Amino acid sequence: MQSEALPEPLIIEAGHAQRHYWRDLWRYREIFWFLARRDILVRYKQTAIGAFWAVLQPLATMLVFVLVFSVLAKFPSEGVPYPILVYCAMLPWQFFAGALGESSNSLVVNANLISKVYFPRLIIPTSAIVPSLVDLAIAAVILVGLMAWYDFWPDWRVITLPFFIAIAMAAALGAGLWFTALNVKYRDFRYIVPFVVQFGLYVSPVGFSTAVVPERWRPLYSLNPMVGVIEGFRWALLGGQASLDLRGLLMSVALIAVLLASGVLYFRRTERTFADVI
Amino acid sequence: MPAPAAIRVRDLSKAYTIGHQPLRRYSTLRDELASRTAAAARSLLGRSRAEESAAREQFWALQDVSFDLEPGKRLGVIGRNGAGKSTLLKVLSRITEPTRGRAEIRGRVASLLEVGTGFHPELTGRENIFLNGAILGMSRNEIRTRFDDIVAFAEVERFLDTPVKHYSSGMYVRLAFAVAAFLEPDILIIDEVLAVGDAEFQRRCLGKMRDVAGHGRTILFVSHNMAAVAALCTHAMFLDKGRCVRFGPAKDVTQAYLLETAGEAGREARYVAPEGRVRDGVALVHALVRGAGGDGAGTIGVGEPFEVEIAYRLTRSKRGVRAGFRIETAEGVVVCGANDGAVSETLAREPGLHRSRCRVHGAPLNSGPYYVTVGIDEPPYSTALFLESNCLRFEVQDLQGYGTSFSRPPGVIRPNTEWEASEQE
Repeated sequence: MQSEALPEPLIIEAGHAQRHYWRDLWRYREIFWFLARRDILVRYKQTAIGAFWAVLQPLATMLVFVLVFSVLAKFPSEGVPYPILVYCAMLPWQFFAGALGESSNSLVVNANLISKVYFPRLIIPTSAIVPSLVDLAIAAVILVGLMAWYDFWPDWRVITLPFFIAIAMAAALGAGLWFTALNVKYRDFRYIVPFVVQFGLYVSPVGFSTAVVPERWRPLYSLNPMVGVIEGFRWALLGGQASLDLRGLLMSVALIAVLLASGVLYFRRTERTFADVI
Repeated sequence: MPAPAAIRVRDLSKAYTIGHQPLRRYSTLRDELASRTAAAARSLLGRSRAEESAAREQFWALQDVSFDLEPGKRLGVIGRNGAGKSTLLKVLSRITEPTRGRAEIRGRVASLLEVGTGFHPELTGRENIFLNGAILGMSRNEIRTRFDDIVAFAEVERFLDTPVKHYSSGMYVRLAFAVAAFLEPDILIIDEVLAVGDAEFQRRCLGKMRDVAGHGRTILFVSHNMAAVAALCTHAMFLDKGRCVRFGPAKDVTQAYLLETAGEAGREARYVAPEGRVRDGVALVHALVRGAGGDGAGTIGVGEPFEVEIAYRLTRSKRGVRAGFRIETAEGVVVCGANDGAVSETLAREPGLHRSRCRVHGAPLNSGPYYVTVGIDEPPYSTALFLESNCLRFEVQDLQGYGTSFSRPPGVIRPNTEWEASEQE
């Protein structure tokens, strides 16, 4: 028995939970992986076509967008096959939408964990994002297929892709933290999130390229943090054809940083009462 | 130097705002906006804030609870529903923060407030073992090294790769408990986990808990099973309305708890007949079951004597009036019955109040609820003047515990058994 060399006691006091939070987060990191694993394993269980769902959604939306924006509205494609132009934006958008939805619901879905065990709650919305990453990887296979079909390959810039994925993750987590914490108290956010996602699809340059947005609307337009991410994806994947608006990107990154930081703060502030309210 | 307390609690209190918890937990924005607008309107109209705070009254689920628990001691927490037992465990498990006070915990804590927390029905037994283990605070390596033991204890080898939604409830509970049983914390916090599973499994769980206790681990255990608390715990704490009303050796505290709650159940063990029912000069007045706790004590220990009292009033002098009763189980099995044997057809009784008391010496009733039917008849004893079906209810409680399991042995009676084992030569 290790009776001498007693570890320092754990103190439970009002407002004290704060002190060892980040250390605890590290200590409980395995829960993160197990929750993420659970969500991935469960995601397509008992579905007839399984992981094909991860492909079907962006593919079908892409086809509709090509039909509407390219075939009917005849939007310019900047020398890129229109399906690839759309699908390059579809990937980060679907990832963002999926991750935001999952993390926003994560606390309520895991209510029984929250009321029965202790671990830093931040793990829950964070791990909820991981399955969307897997979906992103699966959906990316279609992009490779499309590129092979059109024989259109990205250049060296493709290595910057992880950076843009990271920004999309931060955006989803930032908004997700806000929504999931608010959702614990006000279940209204269950209805708000799908609305935000649906609305966002039309105000983000998914079906069209930013080139069609009139210059005078650009500042307002780049307030949407996903604009920078989508532009970045196109820039990284479409080679010389796409241009990157550096100022817009920086603005996106700054906005997302603020969103994430405030999300973490709000989450931490309300976290203590989750078990009492949920 | 004495070892520092494993758990040291000082003035621990937890308040919930009524109307927030537990009546209304989460709200909708609409409600919130509506009430805030109303509040704003009220303050504009100059109403005081005092009214506001009066409307949002606080409810103290836990109030100034203090105790020390030395390493290796096992504390049973008992009390009625809503006494604050679960709140105490939740605060000590860090699920919710206390409002006031402080607790210090030395050592690695594992809390089991539910069997199978985080189990997912779509995942296989194997996957759930790892997930649940992680949630309970085991590392992947710890789970891996104990994996075979967990599977063997739960007896689910053949179904390891089957989703647990196809498990029987027994298998599910066994697997869930098995994961928890192989946790090796310094301090174990358990809430009523023994309330699940079949008797055989409960027996093994208790056995396992005793093993755990034997290894010098500190245990905090909430239970309604007084026999289990008395046998497993060294200390017990009786919580009442959020306050610790008694703390001491487990046997004493459980005894005190039974005595105190017996008084409440007493209402059920006393029957007062409606007035004005006089039949052929006889009126039933009351009937009651009296145990060790005094008048109308609805709780009787296994094997303890008790009394059934039937009181009736005669409006005129009568011969051969006889009282009797019958005891049935909740399932309607008649356990026994008795009529006032001192009465003969010719025994005359004067007008006034009469009391017939039947002392039942050491009836070997098994634990559980019993119902008493009370009757009064007169010669020729063919029909009853009064027959009050199941008008009394009392509870036989098992304080000593039976064998190694503390679960209820089968059957209606519980004779005082003594086993002797000898080796065949």
